[in-house]
Amino acid sequence: MASEPHLLTERSRDREEDDSYRDLHTEHQVLNMGPSHPASHGTVKFVIELDGETIVGLDVQVGYLHRGFEKECESGTWYQAIPYTDRLNYNSAILANVGYCLAVEKLLEVETPERCQWLRVLAGELSRLGDHLTRTGAACLELQAMTPFLFGIEARELIWDLQEILCGARVTSNYVRIGGVKHDMPATFPAVVRESFPKIRELLEDFDDVITQNRIFVDRLRGTGFLSKEDCIRYAVTGPLLRAAGVPQDLRKTEPYLVYDQIDFDVPIGEVGDNYDRYLVCVEEMHQSLRIVEQCVAWLEKNPGPVNVDDPRVRWPAKGRVFNKMEELIQQFKAVTEGPMVPAGEAYHAIESANGELGFYVVSDGTAVPWKVRCRPPSFINLAPLPLMVKGALLADLIPTFDFVNMIGGECDR
Amino acid sequence: MEDHGSAALRGLLAAMPEAILETHARLGDATASVDPSRVVDVLRHLRDTAGLEFDMLVDLTGVDHLGATPRFEVVYHLLSLRHHHRVRIKARVGEEAPEIPSVCGVFASANWMEREAFDLYGIRFRDHPDLRRILLYDEFEGHPLRKDYPKERRQPLVGPRN
Repeated sequence: MASEPHLLTERSRDREEDDSYRDLHTEHQVLNMGPSHPASHGTVKFVIELDGETIVGLDVQVGYLHRGFEKECESGTWYQAIPYTDRLNYNSAILANVGYCLAVEKLLEVETPERCQWLRVLAGELSRLGDHLTRTGAACLELQAMTPFLFGIEARELIWDLQEILCGARVTSNYVRIGGVKHDMPATFPAVVRESFPKIRELLEDFDDVITQNRIFVDRLRGTGFLSKEDCIRYAVTGPLLRAAGVPQDLRKTEPYLVYDQIDFDVPIGEVGDNYDRYLVCVEEMHQSLRIVEQCVAWLEKNPGPVNVDDPRVRWPAKGRVFNKMEELIQQFKAVTEGPMVPAGEAYHAIESANGELGFYVVSDGTAVPWKVRCRPPSFINLAPLPLMVKGALLADLIPTFDFVNMIGGECDR
Repeated sequence: MEDHGSAALRGLLAAMPEAILETHARLGDATASVDPSRVVDVLRHLRDTAGLEFDMLVDLTGVDHLGATPRFEVVYHLLSLRHHHRVRIKARVGEEAPEIPSVCGVFASANWMEREAFDLYGIRFRDHPDLRRILLYDEFEGHPLRKDYPKERRQPLVGPRN
């Protein structure tokens, strides 16, 4: 990893020493980039003030994908918000499902069965893998490296196949329920994991061989998009960006939720906080996620059990009982038509999503309709210091920096 | 008032008892309702006091308690990276011209989140360096997360802008 944190300014320093630049009386130029630009995945507009090719000012304009997530949540039942959470970060939908359900369960004071928690970790880590593969792959693509992108997408296909077996859907999975998950892992799942994981590891190795030491790739990433540890904390930046700056903050370790305290995995951190460190952190996190998934599968194979909490307030009774017993029929009817009644109060629960701290702040007035569902979106908050990361850099450095911020429109704009 | 075993609440109650209106720690979330005019002092105290060191303002949002007075509430969630503890600070603001001091001077992360609360709830943050709408466009009428904003309300068409 790079040990010199001042590379960002090196080019501008060269210029200052070069007299020919000083004699040129340049004027600043304003460039609009986006809202739909081929080099920025996601809909976002940059108003860039340029001096030649150097960025002097940047205004980031978000909101093009605003669909009123919070307003919509306030008009349905607590259950009906779960599919909306899928559509926040559509690269890692299950993590948002898990975050929302954990916040509501905290308010309900419901503890899910252990098997359910392992399944949630398993599904969430598959999601994280998909997200990181997309982020690193797309970053290569936007730096004109097509091959690693294809390796990444091929590996993501294998991950999505696993998600399909587990949840029935590849992208917007809608897998997690308040008090449980949609259904247990199919019996064929462990065999498919054992078959596809060597392939995924091989693809990650190919990815690594072709790009990690690539001269052009390293030159474009090392020393660009630098954000210091102190600035990360001031701007509440979390996730791989914060870890790349050298802060070992990972909610899976620092405030373990679900069964992460029983799982063996490492948290990679960077040294400098530039784009290259972010890339290395993401790659290592993928290997750690593979380890976590394998541990989950091993545990789930050995420990059968219920996946839903036995609590008529939140989960429907078993179908056999519904068809034969009056009380259960009424329970099912009320659960479907009204949804769970959540006691009045407020709760905040945060999980470590692929982009950082994904928190849900839920407020209930004691009815079956949420009073407020606030999503603390890591994409939105990590994007705010982007002007700081690219100030004084070249226009071309904006592309990899934006890639590694990994702003996902659905989550940023909600 | 009680500190509910939370170091943050204990520190606040000892340093500025007059600014704290109510505390609770239901469901394990230490929470203090504070006087809105003192919110900057409260957050600065939480950030700078040894033993508390809440160095990150992770979340800031509004809540509309339609029918209650004061109607709006601004909610701050703080995290300490060193001690791994959290605290929630709440401040109520009235319906008529809701306004509260900006905490951008204490936490840079408040900048965008305050713009969002202004955009969606119409709460003004005094001394904010750049209080513009962020998720919606400038011509948008009203503040959609207010409870009296109907979900199906139509907005006027806006022509292209240069």
